[in-house]
Amino acid sequence: MNKSNAVSDWILLVVFSAVILTMPIWLAPFGANYPDLMQKFAIYGLFAIGFNLLFGLTGYLSFGHAAFLGVGSYAAVWSMKLLTMNVLPAVFFSVLVAGVFAFLIGYISLRRSGIYFSILTLAFAQMSYNLAYSVLTPITNGETGLQLSLSDPRVLDAAVGISTGRSLPSTNLFGVKMSGLPGFYFCAVVLIIGFFISLRIFRSPFGTMLKGIKSNQTRMAYTGLNTRPYLIWAFVISGMYAGLAGALMASTDPLAGAERMQWTASGEVVLMTILGGAGTLIGPMLGASIIKYFENIFSAFNEQTLNQAFDFLPDSIQGIVVDTVSLFVGEGWHLTLGLLFMITVIFLPGGIMEGFRRIGGIFTRNKSNTPSSGAVAEQS
Amino acid sequence: MDNVVLHVADVQKSFAGLHALSDIDLSVKEGETHAIIGPNGAGKSTLLNVCIGRLRPDSGHVVFDGENLTGKQPHEINQLGVVRVFQTPEIFPELSLLENVMIPVLAKRDGSFKLRWFRRFSAEKEIRQKSEGILEDLGLGSFIGSEAGSLSRGDKRRLELAMGLAQEPRLLLLDEPTAGMARHDTNATIDLLKRIKARGMTKVIIEHDMHVVFSLADRISVLAGGRIICQGTPEEVKADPRVKEAYLGEEQV
Repeated sequence: MNKSNAVSDWILLVVFSAVILTMPIWLAPFGANYPDLMQKFAIYGLFAIGFNLLFGLTGYLSFGHAAFLGVGSYAAVWSMKLLTMNVLPAVFFSVLVAGVFAFLIGYISLRRSGIYFSILTLAFAQMSYNLAYSVLTPITNGETGLQLSLSDPRVLDAAVGISTGRSLPSTNLFGVKMSGLPGFYFCAVVLIIGFFISLRIFRSPFGTMLKGIKSNQTRMAYTGLNTRPYLIWAFVISGMYAGLAGALMASTDPLAGAERMQWTASGEVVLMTILGGAGTLIGPMLGASIIKYFENIFSAFNEQTLNQAFDFLPDSIQGIVVDTVSLFVGEGWHLTLGLLFMITVIFLPGGIMEGFRRIGGIFTRNKSNTPSSGAVAEQS
Repeated sequence: MDNVVLHVADVQKSFAGLHALSDIDLSVKEGETHAIIGPNGAGKSTLLNVCIGRLRPDSGHVVFDGENLTGKQPHEINQLGVVRVFQTPEIFPELSLLENVMIPVLAKRDGSFKLRWFRRFSAEKEIRQKSEGILEDLGLGSFIGSEAGSLSRGDKRRLELAMGLAQEPRLLLLDEPTAGMARHDTNATIDLLKRIKARGMTKVIIEHDMHVVFSLADRISVLAGGRIICQGTPEEVKADPRVKEAYLGEEQV
């Protein structure tokens, strides 16, 4: 039983990797195979996977995770300004800085649980956002956002003799430019590593302790376990994932702004995780992709595309249909997303993953009820 | 005083002016089974809560094996080997039975915190075998993989007991271990507790069922109105007129 569990996890990892790496191919029919969007899938997927390690496993709902994403972005851009345009140091420093920042916020916020914890994290994130806009302008460059400039020292690049020339340099991984498709593959590899770590945490004693906290926190204390360090570690790891996502954002597009820390961004990752299925391995990635897909594809539809799509209808009906549908696309994509979210939460509280499980359940039940049809299905 | 393991000294506890415990003095010797009986509201559960650190006494202190427990965190007290089995099952309903038992077994081995994020939980062979053994022992072996929340009430109580035993406590505090159990389950539990006793585990047991008390206890303390009114062997307690008046009279022993 142990071995088969381990094997099925490896299969899951391989399938996950294959699906992510072949995105440029299978996303083509959906019109979503352009690098910018695929990078977003990977980056937000990573953000949601990290968020899920806290929320999905321990049940502690953080409403301030965007703060770590923002801090990660700033750290990455600073690494590019001061050290080198290579993305690896940027990733390293972002994760480090986000981890330290998460420890400070987590140490205080985790004194409370439930709604009070959520409010504390929200307050800290909004505080960070406002500080980034005002007092911390020397570090964050305020409203304009932190950008590269020609006068940046970039000591490591200078030391090995890479000169900037007259145009702004681009981010790279040992010479490979991190924009477009290579940028996506870099994000994808980081995402797969992130997914693997999340998988190991889910299956580890540490992960089981976190599930125990979600299930019955008081019992943990009377079982001789100190829940506080467990929660702080979960919070820090999850914050590091967010920092990593922030670093990838800066790696594919080297600027950082305070708006990444706003509470709407924190809320978005909550939506992604719940939509996909909190506490599941794949759910957060799925939720993140769906939301980013809607945001980018549905919002791009305009009246003209709709008129073309419904061209086959008689003119009078076409007008009505286009008017109705246009409410849900273009500017109105939030409406579609809102409806989708409501339907999911009402009918599938466990998110889209629960839907898959139910469908799977129907098939296995049929199989056990009618063995003959199952045998047929297996043959085919 | 030969080998007193638990010493409750002069403990007072009141809730909003109501004296739940007054001048409690209690000594439990190594290896003995000490029963605490008394009518409802006598303060039995409060006393256990003081011992495990859920409640802080207003004055007095609890000493376990030379260490003062008063003011310690619940998990610290637990790690010293003082384990409580709850009356209303405090289990992890969403986790499997095996996980429910593996958590305390791990807590016993690894202490109150260990960051083991890369090892597979299911690959902890030793922990797993031990947990399976405990579940078998309590007749829960056939449910190992099912969700703990789906168990019947009686089985939940047995799981609760399994979780307590999984920590190999030095002092086990049992809060009505057989309440809500059918007769044959009660007898099975008594047998189990006798077996544990043979292993030399010290126990404090709160119980309403006099059949259970008299078949297990070495010594009995009778609690009424937050005070210990009588202490002694089962025979002494049975003979004491104050006890009859306060408690046993109603029960028709």
